[in-house]
Amino acid sequence: MLQYILRRLLALIPVWIGVSILVFALIRLIPGDPVTVMLGERARLADIERLREQMGFNRSIPEQYFEWMGRVLRGDLGESIFNRMPVMSELKQRLPATIEIVVVALFIGVIVGVSIGIISAVRRDSWIDVTAMFGALIGVSMPIYWLALLLIYALAVNRRIFPPSARLDVDLDVVRRTGFMLIDTALMGDRRLFLNALWHLILPASVLSTTVMPILARLTRSSMLEVLRQDYVRTARAKGLRENRVIIGHALKNALLPIVTVIGLQLGGLLGGALLTETIFSWPGMGLWTYRAILSRDYPIVQGAVLVSATIYVVVNLLVDISYAYLDPRIRYQ
Amino acid sequence: MTADAQTILSPDVGNTTARRSRGLFRDAWRRLLASWNGRIGLTVVTLIVLLAILAPIIDPYDARTDSNLRMSRKPPSIEHPFGTDRLGRDMLRRIIHGTRVSLSVGVVVVFLSGAVGILLGLAAGYFGRGVDTVIMRIMDVLLAFPGILLAIAIVAVRGPGLGNTMLAVAIVGIPGYARVTRSMVLSLRERDFVQAAESVGVKDDRIMFRHILPNSLSPLIVQATLGVGGAILFAAALGFLGLGAQPPTPEWGAMISDGIPFLQTSPHMVFFPGIAIMLTVLGFNLLGDGLRDALDPQTQVHD
Repeated sequence: MLQYILRRLLALIPVWIGVSILVFALIRLIPGDPVTVMLGERARLADIERLREQMGFNRSIPEQYFEWMGRVLRGDLGESIFNRMPVMSELKQRLPATIEIVVVALFIGVIVGVSIGIISAVRRDSWIDVTAMFGALIGVSMPIYWLALLLIYALAVNRRIFPPSARLDVDLDVVRRTGFMLIDTALMGDRRLFLNALWHLILPASVLSTTVMPILARLTRSSMLEVLRQDYVRTARAKGLRENRVIIGHALKNALLPIVTVIGLQLGGLLGGALLTETIFSWPGMGLWTYRAILSRDYPIVQGAVLVSATIYVVVNLLVDISYAYLDPRIRYQ
Repeated sequence: MTADAQTILSPDVGNTTARRSRGLFRDAWRRLLASWNGRIGLTVVTLIVLLAILAPIIDPYDARTDSNLRMSRKPPSIEHPFGTDRLGRDMLRRIIHGTRVSLSVGVVVVFLSGAVGILLGLAAGYFGRGVDTVIMRIMDVLLAFPGILLAIAIVAVRGPGLGNTMLAVAIVGIPGYARVTRSMVLSLRERDFVQAAESVGVKDDRIMFRHILPNSLSPLIVQATLGVGGAILFAAALGFLGLGAQPPTPEWGAMISDGIPFLQTSPHMVFFPGIAIMLTVLGFNLLGDGLRDALDPQTQVHD
């Protein structure tokens, strides 16, 4: 097992180096002079020189890359062009908000998606199955920002059932410890604050969960159908186990294996979806920040955010692979 | 085996393969029409394609000159079934003309990423070793980015616009085609008819394009069909963020974001373009699902 983990870890290094080269190269793809583009036509010459110096444009490309890489490895992602804030410190501020919404969305998506998949598989070809699978197909075909706007219109604008934006009511204050609103408010022991944070989270997280829910429902269904055909399921039934035990205890356990892998792969969709969701709900996370940086051409922020997202994605998928190998011993010996 | 050997030895290789695959596709067509997914998907896609082709004939319309501020943000009525937008333009007409934008994006993106991805996948699978390692490592790097984020980053540095959107979405799609093609090549390489072709000295490019590629078409057709839907959804998201097609192009994603400031009073501005995106993507997804079942007789055994 340890050997397997080490091998996967080693395979990660070239990929991550490739990722870093691509992120580094992005800035060089800006047509024309990047510095002028970033600072605008009417920038002062001194500012242009300073930024050129800071970004190392006066040196050769490989030199610039290694210089940049060295700083990235020390945790320095440069500074914002506009407010000169270090990108890393603002990233640390904003990352918890994104992780919070992604984790809650994933939780909702897995619970609902897998349940729908199981029911569809067990009641195969019934009207529940047909409706659920058609619904899943609509789910993958629907733009999530559109769904978000429809829900805001229906539930937040005309009837104020849910708040349309932010993580907490403006008149409420929270002591920041972890940056995760649910945890921070719980730590303060204030039930009203906690419920307020939860209330703000439900709508955006539900919207974001629709990026994974239909895919998981479809996958769980086909995986369950596959497993339910197996001999050991028939044996379990034959020895008189109750149907619930057969489905949950025997079939689901094995059907979950491919689902674990897909959850890791879906994280990419969740991070991308988070950018759209955060933009619409003014959720102060990494996505909204990246989007604003793109509009204002604050490239060090774009660079840092893209690099960090890709790193998170790659690392989580490594963890998924490892857990997969743990769940299914056959993988380790390939 | 004997048929394969004859195929290899007869001078007219291309024709024989073509005749055999025509049989496969005719069977697939029948299976496609027998399934609900296939029928509905095919109908929706056909209607949208027709709408896109005929749009300038049934409704000669110039998006730039159509505005009428006195008709600004009118709710749906008989005269304007989908209402009007901020500039008083008829939403239905803009959505109809938007089919041309979205379908071109879908087709161009699939063509670009398909062409590049298939070539890379063929090379990686066929030549193996170093070529394979280099190509697939680059594909791994592309896959290491959350798709939409990579597309956004590319458009962000290249500048907003429909062309850059197509380029960005196409780049994101390349690894999918490369992977599918490569895995097909790896399994076909071991087959007798390819081995036979190699042993009689058929050139590499001929084996790749005449023997391996035609036999890899089924999964690639499915991938491409689903890819059109995916590309439309992606490009609309970029348009929504203001990074895609620029005004006055009637692009669905951009139309949705135009409606946001007026969500409370004129929800029709957000509602209808979203329906258009959803129906179009749904059509391609249904068709792709139908094609997957139709082109792969093995799944038929299970269902």
